[in-house]
Amino acid sequence: MLPGKRPLLQRARRPPNFETPLGALVPAFTPTDAFFVRYHLPVIPWIESSAWRLQVGGTSARRPLNLSLAELRGRFERVSLAAVNQCSGNRRGLFSPRVPGVQWGNGAMGNALWTGVRLRDVLQHAGVAADALEVVFRGADSAVLPATPDFVKSLPIGRALDESTLIAFEMNGDPLPHWNGAPARLVVPGWTGTYWMKHLTQIRLEPKPFDGFWMKAAYRLPTGAFPGARFVSQETPETTPITEILVNSLITSPLAGARIRRGARVDLNGKAWDSGAGIAAVEVSVDDRRSWREASLGRNLGRYAWREFHLPLETSVVGPLNIAVRARSRSGAQQPDALTFNPSGYHDNIVQTLSVEVV
Amino acid sequence: MLGHSRAVLAVLVALAVAVPAAAATPQELTQLKDGSGRDLTVGRCIVCHSLEYIPNNAPAMDRAAWQKSVQKMRERFGAELTDEEARQILDYLSANYAGKS
Repeated sequence: MLPGKRPLLQRARRPPNFETPLGALVPAFTPTDAFFVRYHLPVIPWIESSAWRLQVGGTSARRPLNLSLAELRGRFERVSLAAVNQCSGNRRGLFSPRVPGVQWGNGAMGNALWTGVRLRDVLQHAGVAADALEVVFRGADSAVLPATPDFVKSLPIGRALDESTLIAFEMNGDPLPHWNGAPARLVVPGWTGTYWMKHLTQIRLEPKPFDGFWMKAAYRLPTGAFPGARFVSQETPETTPITEILVNSLITSPLAGARIRRGARVDLNGKAWDSGAGIAAVEVSVDDRRSWREASLGRNLGRYAWREFHLPLETSVVGPLNIAVRARSRSGAQQPDALTFNPSGYHDNIVQTLSVEVV
Repeated sequence: MLGHSRAVLAVLVALAVAVPAAAATPQELTQLKDGSGRDLTVGRCIVCHSLEYIPNNAPAMDRAAWQKSVQKMRERFGAELTDEEARQILDYLSANYAGKS
């Protein structure tokens, strides 16, 4: 149990890694007290908002800043957007063959309303020099041993200056809770959670690629294996940082193995999302992927949010129902049939399947 | 001895900082399987992380994977292990938590 959170799926206690159970992924906005928790390092200070300061500087900053939370809130335009925060390793525990790492199921993700200020506005206030290549982010959490690399991440300057990248201090209309990064965190809609630095304390504009462990050695994919934005200054011929979320879906009901009475009115429900192009369609097959029907889509909550989908199931015939769901993005990308293996277990966005029985 | 007392201190520090995150009752704490090298494994690993990382990863692990993991903890994360300690921990983990099929 984590203070302030409802019981979650405990993947590890220290550093805390807790997953959102499927039931809490049903609402359009994931309840804050059920939102997943992911940490790499075990020393996690509880920060008094009044004592918190955000340093903004670096070699490519012309006018370094040191902001209180009140100054951050008061000096910059307030922005809210709905966005999926999905851990890079979401569904790692479903990988075949199995790979080491936190063995997440489907719930290392959620959709929330994030409120804060644009990172771009803060960076421009600090003066972005023409040679700025990456923006480097550090949070207040830290390691036990001095030799353990601090969790520090960078973004390409273009992504940092994108109008959707926020320094958020509210989540679902309330102050950001401790376990999700109080008092302020980065929100990088469309990119995986590794970039969404919690307990943000330092931002640096730099003219060189950041060379810390968490960029150079962790959160990397085989180069060219997956679509999505490239992080060119961090790329090598062999590996490249994970960046954008791939088009994906999740069935929230019925539950796997459910027994449905013949003739009963039962809807297939779920969520579909991508990195911001938006969901074009969600298709459902109940005949081993031979034919597909389009599900109806719920309200559009914004390009970075997930989209609910619904389809009444045909329950007139007794027997097994093997359901497959695939989402298609407005970018044209569609969920693939087969997993692209990678050693860290990222990007499981394969067609979602579920078997139920009509009785 | 200096290395040993430093490790003990690190464990105490680790336990102290863990309290807010781990308001755990004793029965919630992970017990690793009995076996040669268990106490050393517990003592060294809990400096930085709780023990359920070990059984939870077992389905993904064989001896080669544990070898890489122990090596990563030493070389990347700065775990203070002698070669002999690393070998004993690897033997213990491979004997008890290598569940990859």
